[in-house]
Amino acid sequence: MSIELNKNTSRSPLSQRIQPMGIPGLEITDKLVTVTIDDKEVTVPSGTTILEVAKQIGIRIPTLCYHEDLCVAGVCRICVVEVEGQRTLQTACAYPVTEPITVRTHTRKVRQARRHILDLMLSKHYGECYACFRNNNCELQALAKEYGVDFFRFGHPEKPRFKVDRSSHSLVRDMDKCILCRRCIRTCIDLQEVGVLEVDKRSDQSKVITFGDKPLGEVVCINCGQCINRCPTGALRANDPTEEVWAAIDDPTKHVVIQTAPSPRAGIGECFGLEPGHPLTFELNTALRECGFDKIFDTNFSADLTIIEEGTELLLRLHKALVEKKAVALPQFTSCSPGWVKYLEHFYPEYIPNLSSAKSPQQMFGAVIKTYYAQLNKIDPKDIVTVALMPCSAKKFECNRPEMCDSGWKDVDYGLTTREMAQMISEAGIDLPAMPKSDFDDPFGTATGSGVIFGATGGVMEAALRTVIELVCGIKVEDLFEHADIIPVRGFEGIRFLELPIKKVGPVPDLLKNLIPDWKWLEGATLKVAAAHGTANAKLVMEDIKAGGRCSECHFIEFMACPGGCLGGGGQPIPTSPSIRAARAKAIYSEDASYEIRKSHENPAVVKLYTEFLTDGPCGHISHKLLHTGYTPRGKYIV
Amino acid sequence: MRTTDTSKMTFSRVSPGEGLKKALKMTPEEIIDLITASGLKGRGGAGFPTDLKWKLAAAVKDDLKYVVCNADEGEPGTFKDRVILTDFADLMFDGMTIGARAIGACKGIIYLRGEYAYLRSFLKGKLAERRNDGLLGKNVLGIAGFDFDVEIRMGAGAYICGEETALIESLEGQRGEPRNRPPFPVNTGFMGHPTIVNNVETFTWVPCIVTKGAKWFFDIGTERSTGLKMFSVSGDCGKHGVFEFPMGITIQELLEKVDGTGAKAVQAGGASGRCIPACSFGRTIAFEDVPTGGSIIVIGPDRDMLKVAENFMEFFLDESCGQCTPCREGNAKLLEGIKLLQQGRCSMKYLRELCKLGETMQLASKCGLGQSSPNAFLSIVTKFKDEIMGRTETAL
Repeated sequence: MSIELNKNTSRSPLSQRIQPMGIPGLEITDKLVTVTIDDKEVTVPSGTTILEVAKQIGIRIPTLCYHEDLCVAGVCRICVVEVEGQRTLQTACAYPVTEPITVRTHTRKVRQARRHILDLMLSKHYGECYACFRNNNCELQALAKEYGVDFFRFGHPEKPRFKVDRSSHSLVRDMDKCILCRRCIRTCIDLQEVGVLEVDKRSDQSKVITFGDKPLGEVVCINCGQCINRCPTGALRANDPTEEVWAAIDDPTKHVVIQTAPSPRAGIGECFGLEPGHPLTFELNTALRECGFDKIFDTNFSADLTIIEEGTELLLRLHKALVEKKAVALPQFTSCSPGWVKYLEHFYPEYIPNLSSAKSPQQMFGAVIKTYYAQLNKIDPKDIVTVALMPCSAKKFECNRPEMCDSGWKDVDYGLTTREMAQMISEAGIDLPAMPKSDFDDPFGTATGSGVIFGATGGVMEAALRTVIELVCGIKVEDLFEHADIIPVRGFEGIRFLELPIKKVGPVPDLLKNLIPDWKWLEGATLKVAAAHGTANAKLVMEDIKAGGRCSECHFIEFMACPGGCLGGGGQPIPTSPSIRAARAKAIYSEDASYEIRKSHENPAVVKLYTEFLTDGPCGHISHKLLHTGYTPRGKYIV
Repeated sequence: MRTTDTSKMTFSRVSPGEGLKKALKMTPEEIIDLITASGLKGRGGAGFPTDLKWKLAAAVKDDLKYVVCNADEGEPGTFKDRVILTDFADLMFDGMTIGARAIGACKGIIYLRGEYAYLRSFLKGKLAERRNDGLLGKNVLGIAGFDFDVEIRMGAGAYICGEETALIESLEGQRGEPRNRPPFPVNTGFMGHPTIVNNVETFTWVPCIVTKGAKWFFDIGTERSTGLKMFSVSGDCGKHGVFEFPMGITIQELLEKVDGTGAKAVQAGGASGRCIPACSFGRTIAFEDVPTGGSIIVIGPDRDMLKVAENFMEFFLDESCGQCTPCREGNAKLLEGIKLLQQGRCSMKYLRELCKLGETMQLASKCGLGQSSPNAFLSIVTKFKDEIMGRTETAL
């Protein structure tokens, strides 16, 4: 179920906003018009852009500033075409067809203009392709090849003009490679509604800057990395720790363990030329062993752990509110998306009490490895290096939060993105898709389908519901939802709601007996939950809560900073698009369906952890020390 | 020497309010038909038919429509709007009000050039007077249901904000950058509402046409460029200032009137206009021949044409909004080319490449700025080849 929250929170210019239907003022209508492109005739609904029409009939028009996820800018001008009767060339991406027109896509003027535009971009684009992480995956480079650039017509910079900004734990900005397509700006201001980036100055002095041109590490950037995924060149990248990871692997005194999250496994094949939607989970295990990692664990284990902790926390909050009648912050917000957490800390610090204090799966895993796992295997935690393979750039910031040292050591030493992992694997000479399959290592090898679906928006909610329904109602989820697939919280709708009446309650399971005596107080209640993805949608939810709307009546809300959830994370393979994200989601849900155990509370490794180590149960003292955290009200004001 | 004498101009002979009163007795359609009959085209330089713009805006159904007066007079060598605002503000407001009646707008905005801030309080006073006189506000001139008021908004000195969509962005509080067209402001303008953006002078001619009749205006000028036009004349001539001439006047005739004969070239239309060499002084100032928003810069025989081109290119390099690639980077390359020519280091091959680049800029830039910024460079390079080629470094 979804609703439209009737509140426009966008701060981007009216003319630069994503419109549900094409270009503002010229919406796609039922009226049909005939377009002739390169002598091919086609009939399309009025308002369709030339670029869309061309795509439909298989005519390629190059683009740079255009991106499927973003509002139209029409600034790079590479997609210019000749429209009969027009004095000037027109941009295919921004020209809505409203009357019959004849278009030519590769006349002399068009070819000359495109070549000049490329030459002009290259005259400012400092750096060499072979010394760039986007080599072979760069839109500018690809176009230079397509248009036969074999010399720099208008010169090429010999010296850098800008200092590379490495101030952020998550992102690196190299403005010498920027071609001013402004995709990052539109991503930040319009898609994500964070608004860290804008253009400064005019003409050839113009430059993408942060507020006051401050280092990225000092502004309200939430590290979501969506800008990286949409940058056509190497101007934006994640802060890459592969050298340190290799050094740890090469050091014989170090025990290097890696945890892999579901989304990178669903996406990494794209870095090796596979179509999106081919999960390589078990091939990856073999490849990582080949690379030299000592142990390979599944983040799903700690995802299940998160569900237990976060779910218990929710039940305790509800108990406090309904039975003890004490003031308690509700709805409870999920805290596994570090981009979302930092967004809340900056933009809605007054709602920090609503954030679940449970750490994210990445951080829980780090803390468990450097304590329980170290004891179990008699390894000195100082010799353990924990690496996390994540689809995320914000995870790099998260593992560097000063408070994330509850094990007595840095819980997670390095966060790697999917792209960086692919780089390491290819550096090791491994052809990932061709690797034989192998399993995860014990003792955290066993995982459930609930952990897997954390990767997709709505996944945390679905996993939590599977567990809460069973623990509270004492019934099987399958009795309510076929195959335990909670379809209403799935999909890519910006905000999704689910109301779940608790008709009957069961006995309190052993795990929670010392916390809550019975469930009677929940009988007849209706659990209201929601899931939102992308911070623009998160903002809608937050504003609705502030206004006392429907979202404020929810008990539990899942927030993911990235559109699509983790599978669309800022560390995932480039490019991204709605169809790529949909393919990754499909891969994730099919993996979920393939698991024998699909509910977090049934994960034997988790059950064992509570018996052997976290002996005072979920939200107990030990778990509070290791698996829970606090947050920093940061505010929007930059000093 | 300022030789502007506004007392003999047409604007001085039309009494403010007269045209407005007459127009408000007409239906909106009749007003637009009258403008159609006069052949009035945009006086800002682009020459878009005023009646068509109004007709398009009138056709859109919306409770909120806007009339915007573009007083961001920023074209180098243009200062006629300043004179109009100073001496004929009431006529201009009459024109805006007639425009509002024609399209069904209830709000007007003057976008006043940042450098004209000193005129703000004067214009505010004028607006207050008009409200007192019932010429603005609720039920203008007692016409039930016709509400119209005007507010003044300041530009901040950017040339690009004279481009109508950049102007609207600026009005909305954004960075002044042109939008993609279509949609056009007549359909999706200020805050998404239908908006007509007309030049100060365009609005000022409207009450004159209403008073003196469309035929009077239509009979002056050429078939496709009717009526009178205000000119800002500067440069190497005897008389500088603002003049009123009929459209279709030849450059030679114009030069004679301003004591500028003997010039080697005339830059018509400001920096974005074209450089006309002496051999073409027989050409006419008209939208179909040599268009201009009013700027006439006379270039005397002693001027170095490369310096002239350099001056214009420096201007554009400064004023490009930086949004689209051809304009952002192209202007810099053209200016570099001029510097190379000055040093005698520009090969013919590279010069040809730069001319092609100029063509690309004209064709592929997003707005009128980039589309016209190479004009001066291209016309000087092609028309004054002998003068600019073959320089050596020592000759400088």
